[in-house]
Amino acid sequence: MKSLEELRAIKEQMRTKIGIRNDENAKKRIVVGMATCGIAAGARPVLNAISEELGKRGIADVAVSQTGCIGICQYEPVVEVFDENGEKTTYVKMSPEKAVRVVNDHIVNGNVVTEFTIGAVK
Amino acid sequence: MQELSLNVLDIVQNSISARATLIYVDVISDTAANKLTITVRDNGGGMTEEQVRSVTDPFFTSRKTRRVGLGVPFFKMAAEMTGGSFEIGSQVGVGTFLRAEFCTDSIDCMPLGDINGTVHALVTLNSQIDFVYTRRIDSRSFTLDTRELREILGDIEFSEPEVAAFIREYLDANDPQLQEEAER
Repeated sequence: MKSLEELRAIKEQMRTKIGIRNDENAKKRIVVGMATCGIAAGARPVLNAISEELGKRGIADVAVSQTGCIGICQYEPVVEVFDENGEKTTYVKMSPEKAVRVVNDHIVNGNVVTEFTIGAVK
Repeated sequence: MQELSLNVLDIVQNSISARATLIYVDVISDTAANKLTITVRDNGGGMTEEQVRSVTDPFFTSRKTRRVGLGVPFFKMAAEMTGGSFEIGSQVGVGTFLRAEFCTDSIDCMPLGDINGTVHALVTLNSQIDFVYTRRIDSRSFTLDTRELREILGDIEFSEPEVAAFIREYLDANDPQLQEEAER
C-alpha cells in the first residue's frame, strides 16, 4: 500500500532540485475557470490533463491556478494563459485533448493555438 | 452536474471564497442502508441566518458579477431527487457545514464519479488551505489529511508536479471503493 513514507523520499529528491530552479523569474500562468458553469462543462478533466502533461514534461515553472466564473459561461471550459510579459490568451470550449495541445504548442513552444482562442470560436 | 464529485468540487469553492483555512470533506457510504452521505465543513467566514435561509435559492449569491448562484441549489436538488435530504448550517466567524444524504438505490441518484479527481484538484490548486478528506464504505475507511503532508514537505508546495502525482496515486491506492473492486 502506498504510504506517506514515499512522500518523504520524494521530498529528499526534490530538495536537491529546488535550489536550481529560479522561481524569481516571471512565470507563465495557466488559469482554469472552476465555477459552477466551468465544472459542469468539464473543467476538472481539463485541469487534470494540464497538470498531467506539465508533470510528464517536467515543467515546474508554470503556475496552474483556478478562478471563478468570468462571465462567458457558454464558452466554458475556459482556460487563460498568461505569458511572462503578462499577455493573456483566452482559450474556450476546452477539452482534455485541446488542453494538452495548448501545453505543447503554447507553453512549450510559445505558439498560440489560434483555432481554440475566443476570437476564433466566436 | 454529471457526477456528485463535481458537486463537491463546486460546493467547496464556496468554502474557499469564504476564506476557510481548514475544510473537511466526508464521503460516507452505508451499503446496507443504500445511503451515501456527503458532508462539507469549513472554518470560513460563515453566513448570517438570513443568508443561510436564502442560499438554496438560485437567485441568491454573494458574488457581485451576476445575480444567480447555482452551486448549493444543484447539490440540494441532486440529494432531494433521490428521496434523500439536505441540510445547511452556518455561523458568522465560525464556519459553515453542509450535509447531503443520497438514497443510492434511487434511479435518480447520480454516480459519485471521480471523487479522487475532485480532492486532487482541490488540494493541488489550494496549497495554502488544509483539507481533511475521509472516504468510508461501511467499515473500510481512508483519510487524507493535508496537514500530515505539509509536515513532511515543509515549504514544498502540493502543486509541484512530483508531489501532485504522488497525491493522486496515494488517493487511488487507498481508495476504499477501488480496493473493494479489486478484491471482488
